[in-house]
Amino acid sequence: MRFLGLIWSNLKRRKLRTSLTLLSIFVAFLLFGLLCAIKEAFTAGITLAGVDRLIVRHKVSLIMDLPVTYGPRMERIPGVVSAVPFVWFNGIYQNEPKNFFATMAVPPAPFLDLYRECVLPEDQKQAWLNTRTGAIIGRTLAERFKWKIGDRIPLTSPIWPNKEGGAWEFDVVGIFDGANKGTDTSGMYFRYDYLDEGRAYGEGLVGWYGARVSDPEQAAAVAKAIDAEFANSPYETKAEPEGAFVQGFIQQIGNIKTILLAILSAVFFTILLVAGNTMAQAVRERTEELGVLKALGFRDGLLLALVLVESGVMAAVGGLAGLGVAWLITARGSPVPAMLPVFYLPTRSLLIGLGLVFALGFAAGVLPALQAMRLPVALALRRHV
Amino acid sequence: MSNWLAQIWALTVYNVRTIPQRKGAAVAAAVGIAGVVAVFVGVLSIAEGFRAAMAVTGPADIAMVLRSGADSEMTSGLGREQVRLIADAPGVARTAEGPLTSAELFVIINLVKRSTGTDVNVPLRGVTQGIAVRGDVKIVEGRAFEPGRNEVIAGRGAAREFAGLEVGSRMEVGQSEWTVVGIFAGGGGSAESEIWTDAAVLQPAFHRGDSYQSVYARLTTPEAFEQFKDSLTTNPQLQVKVLRQGEYLAEQSSMLIEFISGIGVFVATMMALGALFGALNTMYSAVAARAREIATLRALGFGSAAIILSVMLESVVLALLGGGVGAAAAYWAFNGFEAATMNWQTFSQVAFAFAVTPPLLAAAIVWAVGIGVFGGLFPAIRAARLPVAMALRE
Amino acid sequence: MSTGNGVLVRVEDVHRTFWRGAEQIDVLSNLHLEVPRGEFLALMGPSGSGKTTLLNLIGGLDRPTSGSVEVAGERIDRMSNRRLAAWRARHVGFIFQFYNLLPVLTAERNVELPLLLTHLSKSERRRHVETALHVVGLTDRSGHFPRTLSGGEQQRTGIARAIVTDPTLLLCDEPTGDLDRKSGDEILGLLQALNREHGKTIIMVTHDPHASARATRTVYLDKGRLSAEKPE
Repeated sequence: MRFLGLIWSNLKRRKLRTSLTLLSIFVAFLLFGLLCAIKEAFTAGITLAGVDRLIVRHKVSLIMDLPVTYGPRMERIPGVVSAVPFVWFNGIYQNEPKNFFATMAVPPAPFLDLYRECVLPEDQKQAWLNTRTGAIIGRTLAERFKWKIGDRIPLTSPIWPNKEGGAWEFDVVGIFDGANKGTDTSGMYFRYDYLDEGRAYGEGLVGWYGARVSDPEQAAAVAKAIDAEFANSPYETKAEPEGAFVQGFIQQIGNIKTILLAILSAVFFTILLVAGNTMAQAVRERTEELGVLKALGFRDGLLLALVLVESGVMAAVGGLAGLGVAWLITARGSPVPAMLPVFYLPTRSLLIGLGLVFALGFAAGVLPALQAMRLPVALALRRHV
Repeated sequence: MSNWLAQIWALTVYNVRTIPQRKGAAVAAAVGIAGVVAVFVGVLSIAEGFRAAMAVTGPADIAMVLRSGADSEMTSGLGREQVRLIADAPGVARTAEGPLTSAELFVIINLVKRSTGTDVNVPLRGVTQGIAVRGDVKIVEGRAFEPGRNEVIAGRGAAREFAGLEVGSRMEVGQSEWTVVGIFAGGGGSAESEIWTDAAVLQPAFHRGDSYQSVYARLTTPEAFEQFKDSLTTNPQLQVKVLRQGEYLAEQSSMLIEFISGIGVFVATMMALGALFGALNTMYSAVAARAREIATLRALGFGSAAIILSVMLESVVLALLGGGVGAAAAYWAFNGFEAATMNWQTFSQVAFAFAVTPPLLAAAIVWAVGIGVFGGLFPAIRAARLPVAMALRE
Repeated sequence: MSTGNGVLVRVEDVHRTFWRGAEQIDVLSNLHLEVPRGEFLALMGPSGSGKTTLLNLIGGLDRPTSGSVEVAGERIDRMSNRRLAAWRARHVGFIFQFYNLLPVLTAERNVELPLLLTHLSKSERRRHVETALHVVGLTDRSGHFPRTLSGGEQQRTGIARAIVTDPTLLLCDEPTGDLDRKSGDEILGLLQALNREHGKTIIMVTHDPHASARATRTVYLDKGRLSAEKPE
């Protein structure tokens, strides 16, 4: 395009100012990207929760146990396809609480069938089925401790000491990947039968059940039927769709979404106000030059377009660099895996970021440009005399 | 010297007076800095408030005993025999009735959070002599629970954040019904976010037989801790870990506080960078717009140093204005803001209030001044280096 | 475009009024002016007499409050802003007292600006720019930025920019007002040559008698009225 030279020359006019403005836009969008990733880390579970899965736990609280015999009873309730028990093991590696990661005991085959987003190669699945001490670990966890298949990992559990009173030994037989970007692969699963035979007490007790229903539409009704089945027993249950369970869990942390949104808007408002003002000032300073161009026969629309392209280029370069770096940082995984096991920049946030880039370019350019456009040429030319 | 100061003063007053002529840029820079300060104070006030709620600096004469390997009360477990051995250990304060120890159960129950209307995990603590051991528990409303009955008292923070904890109301836990008979304050740590009851009635309700999870012990003196600890950890009949209550609380809250502080400082640093660029731009354009005036002043005999300092002072004045506004806004918006969050390490709710403390405000103002100094320095140097003759001709 | 020789610019019964708050200022009233094709007209008068306003009206930068302005047979006072911009690009070249070059562009890029509005290719544009710079004698300084050029060189760049599209009419507002005598004489010589050798019609606002002496005709503007004689 023949006007590119002109736009480029204008951008180079004050290199220092251009670079400072670019840097502040860069910072704003870098922050935007990272905060979006943090927000996603807290809420990814809700969107990824299986619509056909229920979580069934003790009515009083999650920490209370349910008998393992509830599984078969649940599976007899119409609408329930399978019910898989989970036991929270709270494994501690090298006696260092900072090494925390989720460890759960499950029956292997039903678990893999229930959580199909945990993708495990067939041979590793067979190995897990054949190894009583076998455990599968998520990709994120494997990378965190540099564990590989064949490693033997000792863990202690403050909840479930074993009969010998020492550490539990697990053999890594598989590493699973997430089917989606948001799938949590920061945890470890091992066999329930191994736990049950080895633990010093609590035989036959499980933490909660994951249940698959045949028809997601009927999930709420099935949940009600499950609770009714166990009402007035020593172990009353509370069944709810997985999404509701995860959401409830997140809400316990507080209103993360509101807090992050508040921070984000404060950041955006301030940094972009500063950057936008500088860009607008750069246009205002040139009012008489715009007047000259008008005298030379440049149409108002053309000038407006030139100014908008200029501020758009600024916003795009700074904003895209910021989003890009945020993407690169998040692509390297979570800086705090114990806190935020899932950490990535969702495509939706990237698209919102792109929209904001354009909005900034437009907003910063359009007002001063329109102002300059409306100014009569004769007046614009006279301004500096 | 006084002449030099007079120069700086005259120039600064002059510079500051011209700020209204550069309203747009000056306001943008000040607002940028106000934003940095507000976010900085806002985020860190969460961490401060949480730290205060956890009362991390617990009394030095209360010790806690957990099963060795347990990382919290939740994952700990102690039998009746162990509890008896702990109570008999040396260093434990005694009254006429016997040793001042409280064997406790710590479970979580579901209650509805008022602000969201959703289920949350609220800690329910069964105590034996919990009130006597803590020493600072005050019943602010109603009365204490009676041993052996299904009665509970609720911490002040818990009563505020969760529904159904008014004195006289009943709560259903499993198949039994409990009555709230009082509201209490104090108790150390996050006790005010908890509900307390008699351990003896909690045990059957939660199928705990005659086991407990922790023992709290009041020591004769803070120095008796080492003696107490050594006697327990060397006792072959016990596999326990012994720690001061303060240490335990610090451990329990470290992850969340570090996380929030980390995010706060990170976000504020990034924002400060953005605001710094804005301040630099403002001051550069202020200097550029006044090139001729500055040259005139130089021609009249004002020194470079005076000009540098006056430009920097102007920038610091702007930063202080912005920082003051930001700090005031943050104080107004956040201080005392009541919230509850889940402490990951115990899975349970802690009620707390955002705390905008004086050191926090001071730190925020330091940031603002820092931005002002750096934002003014380079433009000031440019101003002082302007060739006088050329600037005058422009 | 109107026929061969004859009148190029016809200003008829033009009034131009400005408002300063509630106060009405009649800068031009009942003004008539005809400029034949090929003329080099000097427009003189004291400060505030409306010289620049008249020039702006003829150049399509401003519109009369009433009356008509016709250039080459077209009523430019009735054109839309959009058409007027295109008209300026095709028919008028402006030369300003303070040159009004874009500081971010080199001399040749400044000269090229009006050509960006045409459909000429890059190489054609380059040829036109070279020709224009050759006419004003600035070929060797073409890569310089305005701030490294002397006042005379900057004004020559301004003239090259004005003539690069080969416009019908050149409008100069105090072209020598910011220059020393020697540079000013060179610029005036250049304008004279453009008038004589290239047949350009030029209207030049000035209050310098040296400048008006180079013109083929001089008219005086005072209190919004024109006369052929210098008013006392």
